[in-house]
Amino acid sequence: MSPLTRDRYLHYVLKFFACVSILSLFFIIFFLVTESWAIIESTPASKYILDDAWHPTDGEFFLLPMIVGSLFVMIGAMLLSIPVGIFTAVLWQFYAPAWFSSILERIVEVLSGIPSVVYGFWGIMIIVPLLAKFQAPGTSLLAGIIVLTLIVLPTITLVANSVFQQVNKLHIQNAIALGLSRFTIIRHIIFPQAKRGLLTGVILQAGRAIGETLAVLMVCGNVVQIPGSVFEPVRTLTSNIALEMAYAMDIHRSALFLSGLVLMLVVFMLILMTERMKFTSDNSL
Amino acid sequence: MPFNFRVMLPVIVVFFLMSCGSEQSANHTNALSGKLIITGSSTIAPLASELAKKFEKSHPLVKVDVQTGGSSRGIADVKRKVSQIGMVSRTLKESESDLSGHVIAKDGISIIVHKDNPVNSLTSDQVKAIFQGKISHWNSIDGNNEKITVINKAEGRSTLEVFLKFFQLKNREIKPDIIIGDNEQGIKLVSHNKNAIAYVSIGTAEYSKHLGINIKTIALDGVEATTANLINGTFPLSRELNFITQGKRSKLASAFLDYSLSPAAFSTIKEFGFVPIDTR
Repeated sequence: MSPLTRDRYLHYVLKFFACVSILSLFFIIFFLVTESWAIIESTPASKYILDDAWHPTDGEFFLLPMIVGSLFVMIGAMLLSIPVGIFTAVLWQFYAPAWFSSILERIVEVLSGIPSVVYGFWGIMIIVPLLAKFQAPGTSLLAGIIVLTLIVLPTITLVANSVFQQVNKLHIQNAIALGLSRFTIIRHIIFPQAKRGLLTGVILQAGRAIGETLAVLMVCGNVVQIPGSVFEPVRTLTSNIALEMAYAMDIHRSALFLSGLVLMLVVFMLILMTERMKFTSDNSL
Repeated sequence: MPFNFRVMLPVIVVFFLMSCGSEQSANHTNALSGKLIITGSSTIAPLASELAKKFEKSHPLVKVDVQTGGSSRGIADVKRKVSQIGMVSRTLKESESDLSGHVIAKDGISIIVHKDNPVNSLTSDQVKAIFQGKISHWNSIDGNNEKITVINKAEGRSTLEVFLKFFQLKNREIKPDIIIGDNEQGIKLVSHNKNAIAYVSIGTAEYSKHLGINIKTIALDGVEATTANLINGTFPLSRELNFITQGKRSKLASAFLDYSLSPAAFSTIKEFGFVPIDTR
């Protein structure tokens, strides 16, 4: 086989795999739409945001609290984990002595490998009783945010760290030679170069946070309501599916598929938003 | 590429073994064949599907089709001969004496609290008031001076249905602090929350107590929530799970019924949190 034909075959193979992933997305959307068609057809969209309760067996499909719940849990977790993760990575790369960095690396790697169910279980046994001391029952939006933060934090730290490692070493050496302070180097040389990579890493984790199911289901309380405070229970779209799918029939089942479809739309919007942010950040450079 | 025997050998061996396997299962066939249609209660359907799967495994020529639609559909379908077996999750009424019912299991619900909760017994009215939020603190029923954490089940769960029906409640009347999915989750939460109250299937509650988990079952109107009381019919918060048939049964339907009532099915029944009825 000549190098040229080999190249052509590789090209076909790559095209094939790319098509598989694109097609699978369309199949999933198609499947979600067909499964949720029964409810889309019979219930006007205004009911999902204006109804007063979620009683799918009685024909009430108030989805809004769950959309809000998913967003609140995700945003809360990201607000906590982004600064902590990025600052940990800065410490790790630029300030900590080598022995400390290597210990940190091991710990973060182990943490990122722990399955989320374990975090959820730990949340029920430690976080929920702790929060219950301040305000019963403890299963709440805040518990969800804390557990989710712990789930995404290690990966955000790892991603930030590797992004910092890819910053052009020559620029850093030049900056040091010019006698710039470490803070100035990080602020004006490292961060502008790392921005894009950090944004991508953050979005991947945000997607993971909004899709996380079991751990959130275990600690959030799952009452369908728009929470008045962080101590009140919430239900996320993913928990809604996991809680009710096993016994759902007909229109109820269809309503759960609609939850999945809505979740997908939310994630889609999230990605669009970041693309915009990347675009503006590129222009500002 | 030339045929490489060393590379192909494992593949050949695997194919050979696979062909052996299919021959063996082909030898296994017996007289039973055909399609068995079971319709009715969505409570029993998951159990029936699992029993059907195991039944199909030992009778490869049989196809069992389980469909849901509620107990009333189960009865209507059997009467119209659309299905051979109906699933009915309540006791048969007197007007339905033309059908023959076979109780395959009982489904009971016990109210559970944390082991350290001083409350041991509640009346139906008290339970109702707690779940409606009319009793909000344990001290109004001789408990600690703490707010009650009400744990309810997610929509569609059969335990929720039985609970609502027994206490004549509507789900919207319940004021829950936590909503859970399966029984295990309720047990985990109650065992870590001294002020929580939940209801789970009796089978699961007994098993958890047996494992030494920090929960306690509450006697309802003075009757202890045990499988023994469930079987002898004294525990009120329960229902029968029936397979019903009408007239002369087909060979296939009889075989499936016999299997469902035999000890071989007991472990499957227990897996779903139901209590099998030992008839022998």
